[in-house]
Amino acid sequence: MLAWTIYLSFFGALACLLTPRANPRATRAVALGTALAGLFCGLKGALEFNPTNGLEVVAFAHWIPVLGIDYSLAADGISVTLVLLTGLAAVVGVLFSWNVEHRANEFFALFFALIGGVYGVFLSLDLFLLFVFYEIAIVPKYFLIAIWGSTRRDYAAMKLALYSFIGSGMVLIGMLAAYAVSGLSSFDLQALAQYSFTVDFQRWAFPLVFVGFAILAGMWPFHTWAPTGHSAAPTAASMLLAGVVMKLGAYGCLRVAMTLFPEGLKLWQHELAALAVTGIVYGALVALVQKDFKFVIGYSSVSHMGFVLLGLVTLNEIGWSGAVLQMFSHGIIAGLLFGVVGRMVYDRAHTRELDKLEGMGLVRALPFAAVTFVIAGFASMGMPGFSGFVAELQVLIGAWQAFPKLAILAGVGIVIGVVYTLKTTAKVFFPDKEAAESHDYHAHELEPISIPERVGAALLILSTVLIGLHPRLLLDLIVPSFKSPLFEGLRKVAGL
Amino acid sequence: MNAPDYFQLLSALAPEVIVVSTALLVLAVDLLGLQNRPRSFRMSIVAGLTALGCATAIGWMLLKSTVGAWPGGMFVIDPLNQTVKAVILLLTLFTALLSTEAKFTRHVGEYFALILLATVGMMFLASTENLLMVFASLELVSLALYVLVAFNKQSRASAEGAMKYFLFGGMSAAFLLYGFSLLYGLTGTTHVPQMAQKLLALGADPLGTVALVMVVIGFGFKLAAVPFHLWAPDAYEGAPLPSAALIASGSKVASVFVFAKVMLLGFNQPGQGSNAVAAGGWTLLLSIIAASSMVLGNLAAIRQSSVRRLIAYSAIAHAGYLLIGFLAQGGEAFTSLLFYVTTYALTTIGAFGVLGVVEAQIGGDQLKDFAGFSRRAPLLAGCLMVFLLSLAGIPPLAGFFGKFYLFAAALNNEPRSLPFLWLVVLGIAMSCVSLYYYLQVLKQAFVVEADANARPLTVPFLSHVVVVLLAAAVILLGCMPGWLLDTLHQAVDKLGW
Repeated sequence: MLAWTIYLSFFGALACLLTPRANPRATRAVALGTALAGLFCGLKGALEFNPTNGLEVVAFAHWIPVLGIDYSLAADGISVTLVLLTGLAAVVGVLFSWNVEHRANEFFALFFALIGGVYGVFLSLDLFLLFVFYEIAIVPKYFLIAIWGSTRRDYAAMKLALYSFIGSGMVLIGMLAAYAVSGLSSFDLQALAQYSFTVDFQRWAFPLVFVGFAILAGMWPFHTWAPTGHSAAPTAASMLLAGVVMKLGAYGCLRVAMTLFPEGLKLWQHELAALAVTGIVYGALVALVQKDFKFVIGYSSVSHMGFVLLGLVTLNEIGWSGAVLQMFSHGIIAGLLFGVVGRMVYDRAHTRELDKLEGMGLVRALPFAAVTFVIAGFASMGMPGFSGFVAELQVLIGAWQAFPKLAILAGVGIVIGVVYTLKTTAKVFFPDKEAAESHDYHAHELEPISIPERVGAALLILSTVLIGLHPRLLLDLIVPSFKSPLFEGLRKVAGL
Repeated sequence: MNAPDYFQLLSALAPEVIVVSTALLVLAVDLLGLQNRPRSFRMSIVAGLTALGCATAIGWMLLKSTVGAWPGGMFVIDPLNQTVKAVILLLTLFTALLSTEAKFTRHVGEYFALILLATVGMMFLASTENLLMVFASLELVSLALYVLVAFNKQSRASAEGAMKYFLFGGMSAAFLLYGFSLLYGLTGTTHVPQMAQKLLALGADPLGTVALVMVVIGFGFKLAAVPFHLWAPDAYEGAPLPSAALIASGSKVASVFVFAKVMLLGFNQPGQGSNAVAAGGWTLLLSIIAASSMVLGNLAAIRQSSVRRLIAYSAIAHAGYLLIGFLAQGGEAFTSLLFYVTTYALTTIGAFGVLGVVEAQIGGDQLKDFAGFSRRAPLLAGCLMVFLLSLAGIPPLAGFFGKFYLFAAALNNEPRSLPFLWLVVLGIAMSCVSLYYYLQVLKQAFVVEADANARPLTVPFLSHVVVVLLAAAVILLGCMPGWLLDTLHQAVDKLGW
């Protein structure tokens, strides 16, 4: 069932491309159908999934026997969680792109090519296959930003493409070296994870692969593609970028770098934790001083993804499960924030400058946007009751056990997060009264929030609240995954 | 020799005979029957005949696959070189079909006859293991190609490109011949496998090293590897489009194959055998040439505004990637090299096909001429995207798998110390650079809007078909590399290389 998420998305991409250019409504219908079908497959797969089984084979066929490459898809709780996230992001992404009229068929075709690649990465058990899907996700991003983007889109699109490609190049080197050194003639992740590479090899191979993936996860100091990319991208693309694509990177770190080279992780644990915490604090501080609404969210993404990376390198189970939960949670919340900023506000007000937005009286013009943003802001700050709280708390507990000092610094990052979120909310939606009146903008000029936007926002809010109130829904899926043979080496190194 | 021998030889040479006869037929038909007809008519008839000849030769090889060897390795038929010859013929076939719209010459028959003669040269090149024969067929290819590059008599660029190509080619042929004669002097034979044994017995020898360097120079020119690449940009830019396509595809396949034979069978393998000194020498030499080709080709390509020159520099870069494959172990080296060069050639011909339409309809090959291409010819633009992304090495396209296999093969040679890791790292880094300039072209085609008065292009039906076929091949060979890979692998296994 889960494998169909991939096929349906690619098929949907083709179908969207073939819809007539002059008829965006048809394209949208196809797109929504594809996204819903993908989500449905993901949900059904999740319900059928038995979390105690560890890795469950989804599809298997020999692909390129000469090199020992198999078409091998498998799922554990982590994959299922992220597949669900992707499904949600796809549906909401389509809903928030309802106003795309310019070359709509190409837009949705690229959109679903990206989604298909993402599903594929989350489900691959063969390293080569994973890499193929990973790269498939790169090219659509370039065109989505370059064609439908806004400010400095040329620059942002190229920067994003090159950063991603460099990251994947690093992964490719590590992967080829691991293939050659192991002599197993196989790219099967489980087989490679059970092979013990020498410590000397892991010393350089681990950081190479980990950082290669972490570039896409927005790890400081390789994060700079993220804010520019996010803010130049059209709404749906930035929702996907922050919501799902950054998770590809984090997922790769966990699934490939950490399982293959656990000793390497142990060697580099502290350095990477320091980078992660730097990202948390730095991202938050930079978000504090941004003048562009989307850049605030862009840097906050860098900050929140720092928690994912921090959780991953803690080398304890609570940190790992927190990291995976944070991937899900941030995917939802970032999607929501970008939806409000890009679609609800920017598409109507045609500016993202905080100073200009301040004078528009948006709370009266777009009350729905204001409410959504406040909720999303709370979720993003880590308020109890929302998914972000559970996730970041787990990461912090895990980090506290591994590196207490850094954990405190990460806590400081959360506090700064509260500050910039509140500051931005206040400035955009609840400005001082005089400022609002002095400006000659009229509330009724802005078109009201449309139904698709409402539905999309509601879906995301529901998910974050649901997981916030009942995190076991996902944790029961995630935690048993770490018991599978794939993570054996990692557990041994962690002393679990 | 008596008569039955000749008959046997002729029947073994049937594919070559078919191609030569087609060349003569083409000349005759054009000269005797078509002189007063309009040029486009002549073009279609003659190109059709050419394609038919190639197809017949391929069909013959498929239906009557034989094996055999003639004394001294002068002419050898085995499954591997049959495959390579089929690929070469296929590439010529596509080139011929793509050139039906060309308007640069009145000498239609001569043009296609030369293409066919070059093809015959490539076929002989693929099926010989004798240095003498290698040289003779290499000259057959080169002389035909010099003329083909110069064929556009109205264009100064064409003449300039041909002159450069000729001068560099002549020099490198001299080097090659000198190297070969030194080898003959050292070993007393021109048969490559025998030569290898003698060289092995000889051990490290200064004269052998000189010969080696000469040979590398000679072939380096054919591959357009740095520092023997200077002719490539001008020849690619000035030559009539089909000639450029042929240089970039068929000629490349044949030269890589024969170069690999001479190097990997003739000189010893790294990590194998006892003359580690000579072996170490040529690995280092090839590594350096590979590294400088990748770096220079990719960096220079960034600055190009003409797409033809861009493809030329990218060809230089790809020659660099190719040379990494020489560092793999025997059989794997052949398989990975041939897979890579075949997919590369198919991709490049496709790109030239698109380029041909753009040049004919918009009148230039500058980056800006591609503006709004996706609106004016959506299908072709899609194919162009496939070709360029494949060249950049994006999965699931053939170019990615080719590169991947090359790198994996090179690393698999001595996996403990990974001596070629630095080259692989450099290759991957340079692929990132290459994505930048390929995206520049695609940006023009897909992102930049065309002028307000730009109309949809009228793409000739045949070009459409050929380009789409090639794009489909590039996608299929990327998704299902096994189709070609298994054939090559089995053929190489049978030879025991």
